[in-house]
Amino acid sequence: MSEVTAKSVVVSPIFENNPIALQILGICSALAVTSSLQVTLVMCIALTMVTAFSNLSIAAIRHHIPSSIRIIVQMIIIASLVIVVDQILKAYAYSISKQLSVFVGLIITNCIVMGRAEAFAMKNPPGLSFLDGIGNGLGYSVLLISVAVIRELFGAGKLFGIEILSLVNDGGWYVPNGLLLLPPSAFFIIGLLIWALRSWKPNQVEAKEYELAPQTTSMQEAH
Amino acid sequence: MFEYYLSLFVKAVFVENMALAFFLGMCTFLAVSKKVQTAIGLGVAVVVVQTITVPVNNLIYTYLLADGALAWAGFPEADLSFLGLLSYIGVIAALVQILEMFLDRYVPALYNALGVFLPLITVNCAIMGGSLFMVERDYNFAESVVYGLGSGTGWALAIATLAGIREKLKYSDVPHGLRGLGITFITVGLMSLGFMSFSGIQL
Repeated sequence: MSEVTAKSVVVSPIFENNPIALQILGICSALAVTSSLQVTLVMCIALTMVTAFSNLSIAAIRHHIPSSIRIIVQMIIIASLVIVVDQILKAYAYSISKQLSVFVGLIITNCIVMGRAEAFAMKNPPGLSFLDGIGNGLGYSVLLISVAVIRELFGAGKLFGIEILSLVNDGGWYVPNGLLLLPPSAFFIIGLLIWALRSWKPNQVEAKEYELAPQTTSMQEAH
Repeated sequence: MFEYYLSLFVKAVFVENMALAFFLGMCTFLAVSKKVQTAIGLGVAVVVVQTITVPVNNLIYTYLLADGALAWAGFPEADLSFLGLLSYIGVIAALVQILEMFLDRYVPALYNALGVFLPLITVNCAIMGGSLFMVERDYNFAESVVYGLGSGTGWALAIATLAGIREKLKYSDVPHGLRGLGITFITVGLMSLGFMSFSGIQL
């Protein structure tokens, strides 16, 4: 990212520099909360808000934070924001807060929040940092929501709990794929999404660690 | 009594494996699992920190934060449990810092071996998750010691196994777009499927 403009900080994390697919940040919650779309949506909103506001507050006081204790200052700001989110969820969406269980609390240790605070908010003005937080939250949400749509639609035949594909059990035609509701399926879906994203944008492909020796061809030539 | 704790330990290591059943500590799990050597170093660090922080947070929760816990100080109606998240992360950060200074002073060999991983543990969700699960399940002090040790061991076991697989995997011819992160995700998915076969085991 050479120039830092308002548009680029919001748009680039969505596909170009996706926090999950490229920066390997914030994966824990991406896997555990994606079995139903409603829960995922709440999680995405919560994370985007926390990232945006923690970036805003850290950027606002960035000249006053001594670098030796910056981690603990960032942690405290993030933890306070997460407590606010947790209390709001408990008050207004109790059943969803129960389903998310410990994962709301784990936003504190979500590397996206920490990573953006450290990498962006410490060096940029508050307005831009706020937008960067929103952008990264959106990048996270795009990936999470696509995983959740795949899992809920094909695993249970529903979206937001409303039946889309009529199930065989109720006299319909669709045999649900139970594997998709189990946790490991999230790994496969994210792996395949990364594959798709990298086929679309080949500059994200990782370099090869070892070049395979052209053994077979040289042996044929020898014969 | 002993059997109860043994069962709790085995459950924490295998059935409720932090990394492969709850997906906690995934960021470091994927980022630091390229070599078996470093993976084991990080695993040991996690076991140590987890075994200390979960019981300490248990004490803090029971005697300071839980509903009515401040009765001994004359505040029987105080309920500070909403401060939980802030205190747990504070305790974890402080303990990691203390442990780092202690190791630097008294066990320099281990300190050098762990290197940069020690501070990284502060933001490892497995540690935080351990404390949160402990509160959610109402473990008492002894149970929290066993749970801390077990969940740390489970995480260490998982990262060492994944590093072993990845060391072999780097010689294989993976499709371009899948190389690196993508294939690692799919490997972890298969490992997690394997660990699911432990679920439902009762000792």
